[in-house]
Amino acid sequence: MTVLLDPTSERSPTIRPRLPRPERLDGLTIGILDIAKPRGDVFLRRLGERISERGIAVKHYAKPTNTRVAPLPLRLQIATEVDLVVEGLSD
Amino acid sequence: MNTLPRDGVVAVVKRDCPTCTLTVPVLGELARRVELAVYTQDDPSFPESVPARIDDTALDVSYRLRIEIVPTLLRFEAGQEVDRIMGWHRGEWERLTGIAGLGSDLPDMRPGCGARNIEPGVVERLKIRFNETGLKSRRIEIGADEDEQEAMDARGWTDGLPLVPPSEERVLRLLDGTARDPQEMLGLVPPDLAPATVEKIAINAVMAGCKPEYLPVVLAAVEAVLDESFAMHGVLATTMFVGPVVIVNGPIRRRIGMNAKGNVLGQGNRANASIGRALQLVIRNIGGGRPREVDRATLGNPGKYTYCFAEDEEGSSWEPLSVARGLKLGQSAVTVFAGYGLQGIVDQKSRDAESLARSFAGSLKAINNIKLAPACDALVVVCPEHHRTFRNAGWSKARLLEELYRLCEIPGAELVAGANGIAEGGPSSLAGKTVNKFRPDGLMIVHAGGDAGMFSGIIAGWSASGERGSLPVTREVKP
Repeated sequence: MTVLLDPTSERSPTIRPRLPRPERLDGLTIGILDIAKPRGDVFLRRLGERISERGIAVKHYAKPTNTRVAPLPLRLQIATEVDLVVEGLSD
Repeated sequence: MNTLPRDGVVAVVKRDCPTCTLTVPVLGELARRVELAVYTQDDPSFPESVPARIDDTALDVSYRLRIEIVPTLLRFEAGQEVDRIMGWHRGEWERLTGIAGLGSDLPDMRPGCGARNIEPGVVERLKIRFNETGLKSRRIEIGADEDEQEAMDARGWTDGLPLVPPSEERVLRLLDGTARDPQEMLGLVPPDLAPATVEKIAINAVMAGCKPEYLPVVLAAVEAVLDESFAMHGVLATTMFVGPVVIVNGPIRRRIGMNAKGNVLGQGNRANASIGRALQLVIRNIGGGRPREVDRATLGNPGKYTYCFAEDEEGSSWEPLSVARGLKLGQSAVTVFAGYGLQGIVDQKSRDAESLARSFAGSLKAINNIKLAPACDALVVVCPEHHRTFRNAGWSKARLLEELYRLCEIPGAELVAGANGIAEGGPSSLAGKTVNKFRPDGLMIVHAGGDAGMFSGIIAGWSASGERGSLPVTREVKP
């Protein structure tokens, strides 16, 4: 473990806070990431339909395999194309 | 943990010390005749003459005893140190131990060597281990598998380039560069108005790549920008181009190896680069002044990574900038100026001062916009070959300033909005008047650059120069 000294005025927590949740979804684009677990695609496709019915833009993505982290190009693509991501974490 | 004897004699030695090896037979004799504890700093098998020697390669005992020299001989009574001798001195050793005739075949005295526990790099680690650093800043733990650069970047500490990780060891070593108390407060850094302690500044200076000997210059630069008349908040928050430009004068320049010669405003000199960068990181990290937040610059300028250089005083017939600004010759100083970029003055043909001054003035009149006057302050960097022309004509810095100011008078009619087909400009009431491109005292001159090339430069300032905005500030560099 490395210990560094904080160069800041120490007004924010040492652990980076999560981005705040958006108050509304209007005008945002939601990404749906299928991590390639069995039948995740069925559930997520239906979820995407329900979200689209509310007039919210949806984009679908899929990891090649659930055993590895998403490839960097996919992560960059998601980061540049959507405001929020929904993913299923298990079977 | 090694426990010191309550009563008796203590010796601290290391094999890598010729004086210690000289005293090996004496230590053997003492071990037989008095209550003796020998602590060895480097090699647990040394000294062979003392079978019960104690391993202090971790240096705990040496650190607690504040050993500076080996061999050191100490006497303890009732748990208290009552006597201490550094190096080999027969008479003193005999007095301390009460035994006569020690080391009769040795020279009478021999100075010792530096102790391991005060070696650079070692002393910092010991202070950290004993929790005696005195450093107050929050400790941030980075996981063993985490990349330090990524961890620092994720926390928003960087200007976009890699940083030197500010470990406790590095910060302690950097603080050796100043005699000032790490908790001394130099001022409140905008925009958050957070306190700038010497310690916090040192952390940012480590990250910027500074060496300990640069720290006094960084501290002086921070003090200078925090002077109210510099208006650091405004310099940060403006949509215009400026950032602090740091000019260094006096003996410190050469002591820390700053560049005042070729490529003086460019890359390649660690002191120039890291001092300017440290100042920017202080604004960013202590003050919370970040681009596209409170820093509203439209374009900014590359000097907002770092903009720091030294004046070439040795090659100049002129008084240094710091002297022109009221300090004594021989005093080290920094001057901060809210400036940006560089506009070249190319003149390879003028051989008399009058012609060259007209060249300078013509270029000066263009800064910001030829239609704007007064525009902003400007710092003129006169290169050695141009300086030679002024020197040969007997022009002082003051004379050149006076001539430039006179040559920067502009007929008001040229400045009226719409004149010359340019909508930018001043009110029609300017017509018939004469307006100067600069406010009085709005020009500064420094001498710097490579010996070859007739290329001087203008570092233009902020439109809000002067009393209503930012004034240049000069501060002495304190040890």
